[in-house]
Amino acid sequence: MTKDSPHWTAVCKLGDILPGTGVCALVEGCHVAVFRIGDRDLYAIDNIDPRSGASVLSRGLTGNLGEHIVVASPLYKNHLDLRTGECLETPEHAVRTHRVRLRGGDVFVALG
Amino acid sequence: MKIVLVGHGMVGHKFLDELRQAQIPGADVTVLCEEPRTAYDRVHLSEFFTGKTAEDLSLVEPGFFENTGFVLRLNSRAAAIDRRAHTVTTQNGITLPYDKLVLATGSYPFVPPLKGSDREHCFVYRTIEDLEAMKASSAVSRKGVVVGGGLLGLECAKALCDLGLETHVVEFAPRLMAVQIDDEGSRILRSRIEALGVHVHTERSTIKITDGRRARQRMVFADGTHLETDMIVFSAGIRPRDELARQNALAVGARGGIAIDDRCRTSDPDIYAIGECAAWRDQTFGLVAPGYDMARITARQLAGDAMAAFTGADMSTKLKLMGVDVASIGDAHSKTPGCRSLCYADECKQIYKKIVVSADGTRLLGAVLVGNADEYGTLLQMALNDIALPSDPELLILPAVDGKAKPGIGPDALPDNAQICSCNSVSKGQICAAVGEGATTIGEIKACTKAGATCGGCVPLVTQIMNSEMSRLGMMVNNHLCEHLPYSRQELYHLVRIDEIKSFEDLLARHGIGLGCDICKPTAASIFASCWNDFVLKDELASLQDSNDYFLGNIQKDGTYSVVPRMPGGEVTPEGLIAVCQVAKKYALYTKITGGQRLDLFGARVEQLPAIWEELIAAGFESGHAYGKALRTVKSCVGSTWCRYGVDDSMGLAVELENRYKGLRAPHKIKFGVSGCTRECAEAQGKDVGIIATERGWNLYICGNGGMKPRHAELLASDLDKAALVRLIDRFLMLYVRTADRLQRTSTWRDTLEGGLEYLKTVLINDSLGVCDELERQMQHVVDTYQCEWKTAVTDPEVRKRFRSFVNDPRGDERIVFVEERGQIRPARRAEREPQSLPR
Repeated sequence: MTKDSPHWTAVCKLGDILPGTGVCALVEGCHVAVFRIGDRDLYAIDNIDPRSGASVLSRGLTGNLGEHIVVASPLYKNHLDLRTGECLETPEHAVRTHRVRLRGGDVFVALG
Repeated sequence: MKIVLVGHGMVGHKFLDELRQAQIPGADVTVLCEEPRTAYDRVHLSEFFTGKTAEDLSLVEPGFFENTGFVLRLNSRAAAIDRRAHTVTTQNGITLPYDKLVLATGSYPFVPPLKGSDREHCFVYRTIEDLEAMKASSAVSRKGVVVGGGLLGLECAKALCDLGLETHVVEFAPRLMAVQIDDEGSRILRSRIEALGVHVHTERSTIKITDGRRARQRMVFADGTHLETDMIVFSAGIRPRDELARQNALAVGARGGIAIDDRCRTSDPDIYAIGECAAWRDQTFGLVAPGYDMARITARQLAGDAMAAFTGADMSTKLKLMGVDVASIGDAHSKTPGCRSLCYADECKQIYKKIVVSADGTRLLGAVLVGNADEYGTLLQMALNDIALPSDPELLILPAVDGKAKPGIGPDALPDNAQICSCNSVSKGQICAAVGEGATTIGEIKACTKAGATCGGCVPLVTQIMNSEMSRLGMMVNNHLCEHLPYSRQELYHLVRIDEIKSFEDLLARHGIGLGCDICKPTAASIFASCWNDFVLKDELASLQDSNDYFLGNIQKDGTYSVVPRMPGGEVTPEGLIAVCQVAKKYALYTKITGGQRLDLFGARVEQLPAIWEELIAAGFESGHAYGKALRTVKSCVGSTWCRYGVDDSMGLAVELENRYKGLRAPHKIKFGVSGCTRECAEAQGKDVGIIATERGWNLYICGNGGMKPRHAELLASDLDKAALVRLIDRFLMLYVRTADRLQRTSTWRDTLEGGLEYLKTVLINDSLGVCDELERQMQHVVDTYQCEWKTAVTDPEVRKRFRSFVNDPRGDERIVFVEERGQIRPARRAEREPQSLPR
């Protein structure tokens, strides 16, 4: 595996994710939150919320705060930017982002 | 600088607060307080009999003395002063040195020196100890008399009514409130008070009190008549506590009181006097606002501001006595030479309004308002700021005709130095300055300027000024929900109903921008639920739900959920309990009983929830909505069915009400309580909707809550039969659902309504807005379309599919680890986990 050929894992069908919500996928032992914003825009970040340590980010409410597309962690409502992984309230609680793409109705995730 | 304060009443504490803000370097402050408790709100003393405790009335914020380092000595009356040695000695013999001494010793209640005034069951009305004694006496008394028909006497009369006594007021003068209001106003006040069941006796001078024949005491009057009663309370005036001045050769006023100059200094430059004990130009002041002024000025003087000066006080006042509005401004008795009055008297509605204008008709000199004091704010500003009267000044007090707006003063007409808040001496200019520095809500204005923070009477005017200044500065006067929907929740509710909007996409398309957020999505979901009552997890609505509602459970710190089956009224059969416990055992859940009188099961993983609920539903249970901004529970006592004291079937009513309102979604959670008698075992007075049984029917209380800021509920209506009770609750809840802000409990919502409880009474009982039918219909619709959302969820395979930890793996979240404590499971702490089992 090189940087230019990431390892893509199929995780689910697009229809498995209700628009505006997220699901959690197990990818090479990692918990990955995959979000569907609008009809087919997909984002992926760690599912584990650094602030609480619980694996719950996929269950949060999505939306935008100004320019940031965000999910609000269900436990303490800190906002994670889905594009950059930054935590808007506390920089030390940022998460990793992952790659996600849609191919023929299937959702694929590549770590890091 | 060693500062000793003698007296810790309302004005004494205000002085300490001002000292704290002045931050005088090297100030060493000691407070000598005669009473066994710290400063409390004497103005609202009568609330002691409607549920407030001594702690509720305290004016001292927790930690005040610890944080400031001021030393407080209770039960330490200052007995002697040595002016030359600069020391003060307490009754306990403790001697303290001072550089500056501040006397805030207040007043003592005047008791006419007549035979029998010191008998048992004769009281004065000043301290909490007095009130406790009155309470004890009322338990063995049927009748009570207040001697004194002034402001304090009428407050005391209300207290006697609240104690359940047949109440009489005995007044020496020909009319009540002789100082503040005139003959006509007093007549209307008297007839309104008598209509409430209080007996008023004027022109009665008591000469002695002896044993009674049919009651404990007999009051004998100068005109030969008598009145029998069990309890007597003297409220015949107050006299300043100036004994320390007299004992130490300090000047006293012509009518008593410690004489002070404009800087609040006594005849000794190191001794100040403030509040009721002080006499300025031979005038003493029985209202708290001038005392607060003196406290402020003295603190500033000690901080080095030599210009701070007391220049007298406006004695205008507006209050509610026994439910009757009474207000007095300036020259209420038309004493100014050449002045003329305009009066409006309505003997049917029992309203009296008089304004006193200058000889040339251009200025307002005074006013008396009885029965309705709506114009008080406007008239006060006109009198204080010398604002020219309109050309037809009678319009100020005549009732509005044909929907025309009455003449008022816009905030712009007020000069910057207009005093808006008299309790805390805050001017219009100060409020505008606070807005300029970023205070844009009433809460922020109260916090920075203290305007509106004491009696609250100026809040409507403060709000107007704040909004007007914000507009002037180009700021949005903003109660918008969030950046996506520029409306208040109430406005959104209205739009959703009128336009029949049923989806968030539709709502955003018509009225908003962007993608939405964790504020507006759940708010929209709640509004949709209370309007249309669709299944909250149907596709179009599921993505709007907060995580708790999305999984129909309360998320816990480790990502597991709690499960709460509904047990209406807290009643459950043994079979039901067994069924729930079997589920708990099968899934190894942690069990606990909640404050809402039901069972809570913890540790359920998201993928286990549908199976757990299937079993609970099979056993006859429904969702308890513990996770929602919705009706939670109706707490109950067992009531007349079993209890020897129960007056009515509170248990049956609780079950019926919980079954009626279950599923209702609201701006915040709603809790009910139903008690079968006044012992109140269900704590109904601490609930949003509280019901107490009496012999004559149900009493309905509203807008109470426990939690971070406990609030007592207030009586909305009494002696209701069940049908009337349910109608009122329907209306109350639906009005709250439609008009409250996001996450606003009923108590906070009630506080934002201008007119508060009285307004709610006129809207809900008298139907003043004509909406009651509609409110009842909307509530009935919610009731008729109820479905248990767990029942629907477990039977819908698409919804069940959402309940999994991983979209691509049937296993559960391996990071959820439990350990044992007290025989049950609990989530493992980070330190208790195996370090190597944590994936990233």
